[in-house]
Amino acid sequence: MRRLPPVAITAIVFVVGFALCTAQFPNFASTRVAANLLTDNAFLGIVATGMTFVIISGGIDLSVGSVIGFTTVFVALAIERLGVPPLVAFAAILMLCAAFGAAMGAIIHVFDMPPFIVTLAGMFLARGASFLMSTESTPISAPLYSTVSDFALRLPGGGRLTAIALIMLAVVAAGAVLLHFTRFGANVYALGGSRATTALMGIPVGSMTVRIYMLSSVLAGLAGIVFSFYTAAGYSLSAVGVELDSIAAVVIGGTLLTGGQGSVVGTLLGVMIQGLIQTYINFDGTLSSWWTKIVTGILLFAFIALQQAMLGIARRAGPRKAGVLKP
Amino acid sequence: MNAASDPGPALLEVRGLSKSFGTLRALQEVDFTLQAGEIHALLGENGAGKSTLIKAVTGVFPRDAGIVRLSGTEVALRSAKAAVDAGIATVYQEVNLLLNLSVAQNLYLGRQPTRFGLVREAEMRRNATALLAEFDLHIDVAEPLGTYSVAVQHIAAIARAVDQSARVLILDEPTASLDRHEVEILFAVMRKLATRGIGVVFVTHFLDQVYEICDRITVLRNGRLIGERKTDELPRIELIRMMLGRELAETTSERAAAQVRQAGELCARFEGYGKTGYVAPFDLALRRGEVVGLAGLLGSGRTETARLVFGAERADSGGATVDGKPVRLQSPRDAVAHGFGYCPEERKTEGIIADLTVRENIVLALQAKRGLAKPLSRSEQDEIAMRFIRLLDIRPPEPERPIGLLSGGNQQKVLLARWLATAPRVLVLDEPTRGIDVGAHAEIIRLIRELCDDGLALLVISSELDEIVTYSDRVIVLRDRSHIDELEGEAIDISNILAAIAASSTIGAEAG
Repeated sequence: MRRLPPVAITAIVFVVGFALCTAQFPNFASTRVAANLLTDNAFLGIVATGMTFVIISGGIDLSVGSVIGFTTVFVALAIERLGVPPLVAFAAILMLCAAFGAAMGAIIHVFDMPPFIVTLAGMFLARGASFLMSTESTPISAPLYSTVSDFALRLPGGGRLTAIALIMLAVVAAGAVLLHFTRFGANVYALGGSRATTALMGIPVGSMTVRIYMLSSVLAGLAGIVFSFYTAAGYSLSAVGVELDSIAAVVIGGTLLTGGQGSVVGTLLGVMIQGLIQTYINFDGTLSSWWTKIVTGILLFAFIALQQAMLGIARRAGPRKAGVLKP
Repeated sequence: MNAASDPGPALLEVRGLSKSFGTLRALQEVDFTLQAGEIHALLGENGAGKSTLIKAVTGVFPRDAGIVRLSGTEVALRSAKAAVDAGIATVYQEVNLLLNLSVAQNLYLGRQPTRFGLVREAEMRRNATALLAEFDLHIDVAEPLGTYSVAVQHIAAIARAVDQSARVLILDEPTASLDRHEVEILFAVMRKLATRGIGVVFVTHFLDQVYEICDRITVLRNGRLIGERKTDELPRIELIRMMLGRELAETTSERAAAQVRQAGELCARFEGYGKTGYVAPFDLALRRGEVVGLAGLLGSGRTETARLVFGAERADSGGATVDGKPVRLQSPRDAVAHGFGYCPEERKTEGIIADLTVRENIVLALQAKRGLAKPLSRSEQDEIAMRFIRLLDIRPPEPERPIGLLSGGNQQKVLLARWLATAPRVLVLDEPTRGIDVGAHAEIIRLIRELCDDGLALLVISSELDEIVTYSDRVIVLRDRSHIDELEGEAIDISNILAAIAASSTIGAEAG
């Protein structure tokens, strides 16, 4: 698959952006900034990895932000109110998320419903459920949480590669292997190419759809756990709009919104670009943090226009003729 | 027909297969026999039942009656996948592979070589390269399939099917979008497969290709089996007669009735009208009170001519005059403004709007002609709808019924009504009797004659030669996208039309 060009452009945007920031703030080019970039965006990287699978398969998952919110509340209440050991709470919430994703995938497939509508319903459902459990922010003080937040790999130059950053990098790496080097991954691309054709080729489209949305919801759950580490609290209003941030990251990362093309590495770069803008604003100190949204919006437009232009060029070039033929 | 004398069971045997869609009998007791190692043409005009036969055999549609035997064993296939598993692979005209995946992934999707769950990309590419090399195709299998030509995509689809141990390979119009060179490549592949003992069913409308590559021919018409012949024992004119004609005796009496009309004044004239690569330039005169029939095989340029006349395609040569004044027909809107109407062949996709009511479908073209600024009042709409429902005897006579619920014949009448409501001077009908039952068929033909008697100029396309002969005052014969002959008066009969179509051509494969 030719997945290099869009990713390469994303990479160039990131490098140029980083260079511009460094030119203005000499302190920018440090392991500290780089490590914080990973830590601050760990949950977004995890959830966007799942979103990459969904979008390449031709779908969309709007429920992930709410699932993160639900997860933080669930974990916080289970640990603080019910005294459940954190690891047991994590296992329970991941299984719950898997069931939730599987249900959405099954509804999408069995009733042939648009993923947009089904996951929109999932979004309201999960957000509503988290408000039912608690409307207030619940701090988590379990020992595991302080252990995890204290853990970090020290990098030369003062950077701290935190546990949640490492979890995110591991998820991205595993996601890349799953997407690019397994039958499952090939089927994801196939679904994005054409559902009907994929079914005709004997791929179990139904179980693929269920598994893809399951993956997305489980990764959203994992992102929720990571978010609870990051904030040391559970709050039903957390991660509002994260589904849109992650879709933006996926698209900026060069994945076709219509499916069939894209990569996990590109998505990571998309997340990092959004983080970079936020970091620049923090360095500047005078800009409103909402500039992040504005620049993200401009970048999104640019990348969608770029994809259309590249599609247009590919069409005009026309198909290649048959190769060399022996008589 | 000679299957009985062959030793052993045939590779694929279909007996007494029937299939109806509602009241339309798409297939009636069709038999089909495919031997191992032969290339077998399945021929027939649009609506003859070729696709229905393929889909009923491969389990895409359930069948009403009949049995399918594979190497003598009866099989009941319930899905396309079951057919593939049983060894029947179908390659459709629109390629059924994934253009966004690499060639290698397409060949091995769902059965890639893996180790520890990881696809062995290098091994898969080696296998893919070797597999395609068997078909004399040497390409970079790591590239997306979509970057290659349709011919390569077809061969890749065939390679995948054959590699999944297909014994029967059905190719549905594979050459429709290929150029001559690519057709050669595909034919080489088909011959190679036949020598391996695979039975190939070849659906096409290019008769030259049939004579070039096929061993035997089965012809369907109107959902019935017309016959099965060996290619070298079937002269071309006889084949075309099987595809198009009925018994000559049936139609001669009807012909006389159509004969008495006098040609009226000239209504529209096209001179040197054509579009490069679409239809060769032609001259066409349409007169009031006259029916001009367009005859020819599928793909000969009949519909293309109609679309040019109606402005749905822009001509790049010649000029048109309406009532003696030069006009430019750049779009259907222009054509409608000059009093043209067009009932397309694809009634379901290009004609009716299934969810709208009969009334809404009837007033559609009239409203479009008047412009949105001048809406028809509800009472005007009701009046128009009821007038045409009575005039054309549309059943049930309920203007508020969604048109999708009407039978094919009545949908066709509503489409006619839509254009008649605009009081056109020239009406183009593309296959007006396609897919409607016998009773409605006669009624549509009667309507065509009545419209003509009322002074309308009609241009009618039909695959049914006897039908064309029945109502036409002049017949234009097309072949390979050009008008090759024009018959008038006494000269209009089926054998003359067949002779004109069959006059041997060698450029058939270039068109399309």
